Amino acid sequence: MASTDIIIHDEKDNVGVVVIEKITQNQDCNCWIMENDKSVKIQSKNEIPLGHKIAMIDLNEGDTILKYGHDIGKVVKSIKKGEHVHVHNVKTKKW
Amino acid sequence: MEIPKSFLGFKRENNRAGTRNHVIILPVDDISNACAEAVANNIKGTIALPHSYGRLQFGADLELHFRTIIGTGKNPNVAAVIVIGIEPKWTKRIVDAIAKTGKPVEGFSIEGVGDIDTIAKVSKKAQELSMWASEKQREECPMSDLWISVKCGESDTTSGLASNPTVGNLMDKLEPLGVHLCFGETSELTGAEQVCSKRGKTPEAQKKFLKTWNDYNDFILKEATDDLSESQPTAGNIAGGLTTIEEKAFGNFQKIGSRQFIDVLEPAEEPTKGKGLYFMDTSSAAAECVTLQAAGGFNIHLFPTGQGNIIGNPIEPVIKLTANPLTVKTMSEHIDVDVSKILSRQMNLDQAGDELIKATIKVANGRLTCAEALGHREFVMTKLYRSA
Repeated sequence: MASTDIIIHDEKDNVGVVVIEKITQNQDCNCWIMENDKSVKIQSKNEIPLGHKIAMIDLNEGDTILKYGHDIGKVVKSIKKGEHVHVHNVKTKKW
Repeated sequence: MEIPKSFLGFKRENNRAGTRNHVIILPVDDISNACAEAVANNIKGTIALPHSYGRLQFGADLELHFRTIIGTGKNPNVAAVIVIGIEPKWTKRIVDAIAKTGKPVEGFSIEGVGDIDTIAKVSKKAQELSMWASEKQREECPMSDLWISVKCGESDTTSGLASNPTVGNLMDKLEPLGVHLCFGETSELTGAEQVCSKRGKTPEAQKKFLKTWNDYNDFILKEATDDLSESQPTAGNIAGGLTTIEEKAFGNFQKIGSRQFIDVLEPAEEPTKGKGLYFMDTSSAAAECVTLQAAGGFNIHLFPTGQGNIIGNPIEPVIKLTANPLTVKTMSEHIDVDVSKILSRQMNLDQAGDELIKATIKVANGRLTCAEALGHREFVMTKLYRSA
């Protein structure tokens, strides 16, 4: 089994979580989807630390971020596949 | 792994069992803290539970104060109780309610006596109770005597990936043995509230949950001056990669595994509908939540953390687990169970759940938690509004 750099909760998710100390820019990463035990690959565009999220597809302003297969917030600044997803480009829909 | 069927606990007069054998000196109000702490200094084997409130409260806020103090005294981890208040009337109300468990409880009031004579009088009684309690022996108790509460803190994305699902795995394995289980953190289910409500076992439980969540959310919206960023999620959550309350909520929700909840409890309310999982309406602040769950009668607590919350409770042992390898490395003295190998896929959830069950039984049998060894005794009242 290749080492896992990123874990994705659900097949529907458009973000994954970095599970190694950090991934560097332009790193070819192994992703594991927990729900169906599938593996996919992605190249990072930024350095992303442990626990932080990476975009698995291009996302536009107003798009919904899906994690655990559920809506966890909205994109407020467009995000390219492989970029860091966090408070600078995603906000809650609740408060 | 074959799940153990018993642990070694302290049997109480009301047929509950404790994982601890504390003699507590319980102040009714803030101004009785000094007396309570002086007595606990005098008499070994007792602990004082100082707190900040208990004067001029009214309505639901006063009822919650009484429920919390009384529930703390009734908890089976407590062998005997001394209650100290400024006035006799509220002191007696608390003593009488705790006495229903059958455990030794004595009340003292300070007005008309003063601190020094009260401390002398109470110390004599406390010595007697401490020496009496020290004779209690642990006996074999069925697993159903465990009442397990859960709450996570300083969460990050590793909580939702691994440490919270580990707690969920434990719930799935232990619920069939008849344990009582409790989760809370009303505001921290925001975004997952519809999904969570569907876990109610009955339409009444589902409706009650949604009403509880809506009331809390309305209160937040009324008081909020911004999007609560750095409060909920906390700055620590954000540093750990959590972006929104919704993301935090779905991570939080992993703690109940595939269980359904029987009922929704008021803060500090004792469950009365039998074994199984309950939701308690609580704040998501760690010490407030655990204090309420302990007052509800829960005798052992599981606390997954990501970035490293260090909370403990004076009467309910708090077991910490984390899946964050950096936290394991930098804060090892706070971590009872390391499940970080889930992230590198060297451990699966089933194995992690088994490890947590083993650790839970060790602590139930008497092993100190990290928080106990480090002296964490956070006893924090939930205050609903200003006093009169």
